[in-house]
Amino acid sequence: MKHSVTLDKEKCKGCTTCMKHCPTEAIRVRRGRAHIIQDRCIDCGQCIRVCPHHAKKAICDPFDRIEDYKFTVAMPAPSFYGQFSNLDDVNIVLQALLDIGFDAVFEVSRAAEIISDITRKTYDEETEKRTGPIISSACPATVRLICMRFPKLIPNLHKMIAPVELAAMRAREEAVKKSGLSPEEIGVFFITPCPAKVTADRYPLFLEERVIDGTFSMADIYKRVLGPMKKVKEPRQISKSGIMGIGWARVGGESSALLKEHHLAVDGIENVIDILEDVENGLLPEVEFLELNACTQGCVGGCLTVENPYTAKSRIRKLMKYLPVSKNKAEPEDAEAILALAKKVPEYVPVWQLSEDREDAMRIFMEIADLRRRLPGLDCGSCGAPSCRSFAEDVATNFASEEDCIFHMRERMQYMAGGGDADEYLPPPFRRTDGEESDEKDNDHDDFG
Amino acid sequence: MDSLHLHFDIDGSDFTSAGEAASELKRVLRQLGFPPEIIRRCAISMYEGEINMVIHANGGTVDVYIDSDEIIFELIDSGPGIADVELAMQEGYSTASQEVRDLGFGAGMGLPNMKRYTDQIIVDSIVGVGTAVFMSIKLE
Repeated sequence: MKHSVTLDKEKCKGCTTCMKHCPTEAIRVRRGRAHIIQDRCIDCGQCIRVCPHHAKKAICDPFDRIEDYKFTVAMPAPSFYGQFSNLDDVNIVLQALLDIGFDAVFEVSRAAEIISDITRKTYDEETEKRTGPIISSACPATVRLICMRFPKLIPNLHKMIAPVELAAMRAREEAVKKSGLSPEEIGVFFITPCPAKVTADRYPLFLEERVIDGTFSMADIYKRVLGPMKKVKEPRQISKSGIMGIGWARVGGESSALLKEHHLAVDGIENVIDILEDVENGLLPEVEFLELNACTQGCVGGCLTVENPYTAKSRIRKLMKYLPVSKNKAEPEDAEAILALAKKVPEYVPVWQLSEDREDAMRIFMEIADLRRRLPGLDCGSCGAPSCRSFAEDVATNFASEEDCIFHMRERMQYMAGGGDADEYLPPPFRRTDGEESDEKDNDHDDFG
Repeated sequence: MDSLHLHFDIDGSDFTSAGEAASELKRVLRQLGFPPEIIRRCAISMYEGEINMVIHANGGTVDVYIDSDEIIFELIDSGPGIADVELAMQEGYSTASQEVRDLGFGAGMGLPNMKRYTDQIIVDSIVGVGTAVFMSIKLE
């Protein structure tokens, strides 16, 4: 799999910040640079957010991809509307998208309303046939997390295609009718708030084939529409979605659109992990629908957005004020066809399994336990692994050498220094003795600054 | 192959850390490649045992032995003990304080869940001395 989240080698200084923040321990630092363990990356974008050198980035499509098609449709995620100050009409944004070169727009919020409608109608049947909650599959980062870390909850995932995928299919149909062109001549493009959705567009979770022609970063399109938006005087009525669809932009939107009581909406990847642990431990039996958002405040918190998530959320709320509840519904035969599109079921990806063979795995595990007893437990990150534990795992699986630990380096230096103490050669956090505080301060800078 | 032994000290003074041992056990079982269903049964049994120790017994210890054909749990505490084990095994029966219930615990599902998700459970308790719970989950 080719992930959207990647490293800019030139900018990376090997500082370990991203490694420390990665929720799936997917990053190691080697030779002054961060490396992403591809199998473990869920494209949550946490590393992009925290990198002080902007060396982590999301690969989206370049804007000139629209030149490849005779007719193009822009599909803005609802979170896009929260990016603009003093916006009181989403039609201004949609008009500006047409002005920068798209031939049509299809709001993802329209498809979201259809999906909410179908989910409402099948809700009782779905909750009855499973133990535990229906878990929303709208956030691809959390779906991938579940596939790796909470396999028993995979059957609880809502078997449903993403709103943007439904939007893409509908947008193409509409464009074919409008332009008289063939489906291949039409390019449908998603304006995304996050890299997880870029990867999900390339490798769909429930669909068998991809239906989106390309994905643009929200920040990129933001820059392009700002000028044209100012020139829009009297926007045409283009928007065809209401509160329910646009509400998907922020945490709680998807679940409140179900009009049911027993739902729980969670935002922030660490909170998501905590809640999934609880559900796996058999807690929260009263929850029927679980909405999970890897980003703070939901999609408005995506790392490709421009605005602060809280600001964007409050703007979304303001925009929804004068809208009707919903403008899109699914006819019964429509609903059936859409449900049938979710053919694939995500599979358990046992990335933490030490070996295919149980006995071998147990042997490696004992080696890890043994190594951990010899490690300091400081999780300093100097070895290039996020914790002493993950370092021990790396050593036992031959991805690192025990000698990479700075405390083992101390022993080596002592040996090299003829058995004397190597303390003074080590940085302050790793020294055993304090020494002369005042004198040492200057030395620190000389030796290690 | 020797059995793999894991030891957990359960801190009885802190509700916020309750569940850590269950998380830790899940992580190990994932590493060892156990099927999701086994991991879930172990997690629930472990979690309930852990919470029981925090609520009633001011902590204790859990020893987990992973063999080729079963996973064995030994939970030992020196809490107040259980006067009527049979009653405690019934769903909904609880002696938890209101304070504990307000925190969302004490629904009387602890031991019943442990029984439900394991293949064998033995509860040995002496009032005023403590409680020992032995559980086994068979593999295959």
